[in-house]
Amino acid sequence: MKPPRKRPPSLDEARLRQQAIGVKLRQMFDEVVNEPVPDEFLEILRRADARRPGEG
Amino acid sequence: MGASEHPGRSSAERDEAFRVELVALIPHLRAFARTLCGDATAADDLAQDAMLKAWDARESFQMGTNMKAWTFMILRNQFYSDKRRAWRQTQLDQEAAERTLVAVDDPAGPVALDELRQALAMLPAEQREALILVGAGGFAYEEAAAICNCAVGTVKSRVSRARRALQGVLESGDYRREKSSAGEAMDRILADAERLSTVK
Repeated sequence: MKPPRKRPPSLDEARLRQQAIGVKLRQMFDEVVNEPVPDEFLEILRRADARRPGEG
Repeated sequence: MGASEHPGRSSAERDEAFRVELVALIPHLRAFARTLCGDATAADDLAQDAMLKAWDARESFQMGTNMKAWTFMILRNQFYSDKRRAWRQTQLDQEAAERTLVAVDDPAGPVALDELRQALAMLPAEQREALILVGAGGFAYEEAAAICNCAVGTVKSRVSRARRALQGVLESGDYRREKSSAGEAMDRILADAERLSTVK
């Protein structure tokens, strides 16, 4: 069955634009997510991990 | 270190499981921090603080629940408490806004992405963070509401206002740089998005 196309084109277009913005938004976020994590992070965590409770 | 004895094996195992999960979340914490802070260096400082806070509070985390939402909440609280302490430091100025979310050395990145960043920087902070959490971070409205410490309806309305505002800014070409004529940024975003995914 063919989907009815009753919506005015402007509404479809608005939705399309919102979807496009959504795609770009995720891309922008994922760009940072996909950056290599600086060694500093793991180093800091390693030091915290080695800390004994009640010490320092 | 001479810590050869663990107080309890299960506790050590639990710490290790927590650590593994936390490490996996670091990239996401960095990305979220980048959306809150003006620049990448400040964002990494914030993400590191949040990571440490989460580690120190690991006893209070219930394994098996949503650690991503939990750490994002810690990061956000940290951001706003830093901000109260040093308002000046974290306030978005024009230069910082330009660097917001810039993936450091990628000048060849698509132009439209840069325009989206600038348009995002123009949104009120609470709208921007709601949109990022739901639209990019993959959180449900309920989770975003918990992270932002507000009602679900509030998040929904912030997200929808942010979406409308973004679209308006992009279509009017009303971001800081005046390189593009009205609508050009939106057209580029559309064209680019079509390449990236199949938008029906």
